Amino acid sequence: MGYPHPSHPKETVVLSKHFGDPEARGYAGWVKHGGYQALRKAVGMTRDAIVEEVKASGLRGRGGAGFPTGLKWSFMPKEVVKPHYLVCNADESEPGTFKDREIMRWTPHALIEGCAIAAYAIGAERCYIYIRGEFTEPWRVMSAAVEEAFANGALGDSVFGSGKRIEIVLHRGAGAYICGEETAMMNSIEGRRGNPRIKPPFPAVAGLFGMPTTINNVETLAAVPHILNRGAAWYKSLCLGNPKSTGTKLVSVCGHVQRPGNYEVTMGTPMRDILYDMCGGPPAGRRFKAIIPGGSSVPIMTVEEAEAALFDYEGVVEQGSMLGSAGMIVMDDRTDMVYQIWRLARFYAHESCAQCTQCREGTAWTTKILERILAGKGKQDDFQLLLDLAENMTGKTICVLSDSCAAPVVSGIQKFRSEFEAYIAGSREPVLAAI
Amino acid sequence: MADELVNVTIDGMQLAVPKGTPIIEAAKQAGLLVPHYCYHPSLPSPAVCRMCLVEVEKAPKLMPACVTAVAEGQVVHVNSPTAKKAREGVLELLLINHPLDCPICDQSGECELQNYTFQEGRSATRYQEYAKRYNPVEDFGPDVLYVPNRCILCTRCVRFMEDVADTPVLNVSERGDRAYIGIAEQQRLDHPWAGNVVDLCPVGSLLSKDFLHKARAWDLDKTASVCPGCTQGCNISIDTRDEIVVRIRPRANLEVNRHFICDYGRMNYRWLNRGDRVEAPLVRDGARHLATDWDTALDRLGQVVRGASGGAVILASGRASTESLGLARAMLDRFQVTAAVQVPLGDEAPLAGIPGLALRRERAPNLVGARLLGYTAQWEAALRAVTDAGLVVLLDADLGPDDEAALAAARGMVVVLATVMPEARNAELILPVTTMAEENGTYVNRDRRVQRYQQAKAQPGMARPVWWVAGEVIAGPGPDASAPSTAAEAFAQLGERWPVFAGLSHEEIGYTGRVLGEMAAGAGVAR
Repeated sequence: MGYPHPSHPKETVVLSKHFGDPEARGYAGWVKHGGYQALRKAVGMTRDAIVEEVKASGLRGRGGAGFPTGLKWSFMPKEVVKPHYLVCNADESEPGTFKDREIMRWTPHALIEGCAIAAYAIGAERCYIYIRGEFTEPWRVMSAAVEEAFANGALGDSVFGSGKRIEIVLHRGAGAYICGEETAMMNSIEGRRGNPRIKPPFPAVAGLFGMPTTINNVETLAAVPHILNRGAAWYKSLCLGNPKSTGTKLVSVCGHVQRPGNYEVTMGTPMRDILYDMCGGPPAGRRFKAIIPGGSSVPIMTVEEAEAALFDYEGVVEQGSMLGSAGMIVMDDRTDMVYQIWRLARFYAHESCAQCTQCREGTAWTTKILERILAGKGKQDDFQLLLDLAENMTGKTICVLSDSCAAPVVSGIQKFRSEFEAYIAGSREPVLAAI
Repeated sequence: MADELVNVTIDGMQLAVPKGTPIIEAAKQAGLLVPHYCYHPSLPSPAVCRMCLVEVEKAPKLMPACVTAVAEGQVVHVNSPTAKKAREGVLELLLINHPLDCPICDQSGECELQNYTFQEGRSATRYQEYAKRYNPVEDFGPDVLYVPNRCILCTRCVRFMEDVADTPVLNVSERGDRAYIGIAEQQRLDHPWAGNVVDLCPVGSLLSKDFLHKARAWDLDKTASVCPGCTQGCNISIDTRDEIVVRIRPRANLEVNRHFICDYGRMNYRWLNRGDRVEAPLVRDGARHLATDWDTALDRLGQVVRGASGGAVILASGRASTESLGLARAMLDRFQVTAAVQVPLGDEAPLAGIPGLALRRERAPNLVGARLLGYTAQWEAALRAVTDAGLVVLLDADLGPDDEAALAAARGMVVVLATVMPEARNAELILPVTTMAEENGTYVNRDRRVQRYQQAKAQPGMARPVWWVAGEVIAGPGPDASAPSTAAEAFAQLGERWPVFAGLSHEEIGYTGRVLGEMAAGAGVAR
């Protein structure tokens, strides 16, 4: 459903079926819609069987990395010697992304069911759902839903009388983007500062509290009950030609479109369809200028690239960007690209955890250089300086926050150089005060 | 069981190192230093500074050498153009928010940021943005100042306090380039081992108030020594400028103190600089003492030693060297000797993260050495023996009023070897001797490790080491070859009388010391 709009014919409504329906929030309402069948089925299956089913479905991580989910689950030790943990990443801080919010607000039990099945499949008895601190409404809805699930036997010491123990603990974040990184999230849950950890050791070996851990995104986990209910083959069939990208994806479109919102599409849907058909194209009298397809950490696409791209993991890479979290930010011809890139750089500079030198200093310096350019004091040398900085910030750090800051800068200079030149040459009025 | 060895090639050099060794340690074995900041062999490694990134063939990205273990057949390039460029990048980024404080910064001359920038950093900055961050200097506690502007956030101090000192009072506060090291509210850095954060800090961000603006690093003479604070025997470096001790720093010894010393040892050096020393040998002449030359004084001492009868008492400082204690004892061979060494007591202060390392209660660095040579710590008993002894020898012990009273009541001869002028009216001789900073010698620590300390400053006046005085008396007047002329020779003589020291030489003891074997029967027992 293109919530808050009615579903578009080109959408494939699976996860978003009950967005906007208050009845779906409650346990009884959810069961009426067919909920918790998959969990009942799962606790009667073996761990391996569930993992194989998810592997066969081709489900890939929906938080941005696109790692095959079944494969990730299979990294967990086969024998449970130390406690296993599942962590659900509900931090949703990637700029432009607001899909997990909807899943939690409208269909909390979908997430609970998915977490429970996944926890069972990886041999965990406890799942932590890490919800970003700013999500006060999803927090309230999820808290009530988890209580209901315990009360109705969907969670607890013996889920649906099966003798299997599964519990969910909700944990609130406190306003740091970096806590959405899986190892930083584990540190945060442990009560430490949200600094990413070095890998190895990998979470499946030593993660939360040093125990084998799997971290999955909300959307990924919400898809799991559907896979168990309708079968891996069905999920795999939701695919428009590229067998490596299957299933549906919630796309959060924001910016200069007629109908911003969340849209659920089959993997491989042309981006054109999303931009023009589902979202209605640019506002009246405007033309698209630039699209960031996957949350601000991926390279900016030109309109030509976006119109040629198929919306799946490989299709967007082919056109020079990445699917990421599918937080699509659309900018039309009134947009000041330099200003937007500065705004993004400022975000990353604010959120850097300060561990790695390149990120801590590089994001701040990049921001200052862009500020100087916007204040009319830019120089030709600044291009090389920004690109040098971006190269230093790529591939040399513990996590990819600094790479994420570099991506819009590099793609911005590559594809919108004239806008930078205008500020530097003085032919464009400065928009920031000089410091 | 031997460690499994792994073959790697680092910058063209073939090495075989134990499995699990990080590349940075393997490189050390090849004599190659991989530039780094946050890594430290005594701290857990977080790989945050990104300075040690090296090129590993077949790896997709540059790998941090401090946490990447060696693998069979690995080929590593520390100084390839890619790795050097990455390091140049890190240095440039560290400097953009670093103040140009070198002219007024204590760390100048021993600063790792200066060193690596000079070695492979850019020669000019490209930073032309507005002012660098500014935060006022903070007082963290008894001795430590924190200068946030200079901090490169390597987090060594945070990890030391949390993991080694087990007192997590420091943390990283704030995010991004606004980050700084914060201290817990209402807490001070008063842990007994907290001074080590100043040494750990690679730049001039954490400073010692005691050393603030005292001396430039390049003006200092640095001497390998052993801490005279307690029986732990931590290895130190005595830093002097113009023959004055200005600083004590730890010296690495993986067997004893790893890389750390306690604040008691660090701050306890001012007694080495005292100016009120005995300047010349003094011989009693009636009611007064007359300064004289060493030949006269040694002759007189020899007469006293040969002339006295009955028992002898030696009252020695706990800081006396093994050579000095041993030769002083040998000098009184024909007597029935009661020998005691002074051991002040204090509180123990362990360093939680390093088993076996603590500031010990017994604040005498050579207590074990003294015991092996037949001294006891029974100070009171020795004082009581003073009254009836035929000869009392004072080896630079600190005298309280009771000690002075006991000495004054001595019926026999009193000979004083001292650094600082004592209250000893009835002494036959008062001979000037050296402090441990003014001589070579050894101490035996509580784990029976004999360690050498070296002369850090010149002997003032006519002071001589105690072992030299005793050695000359034993040898007698005249051109006699048997008087030891160096501490090494004095040490070599100990083995003849005390088998526990037999066969050991200063050269073998080296800079890391040697643990003594089991005591032979009868050795080190008071006669």
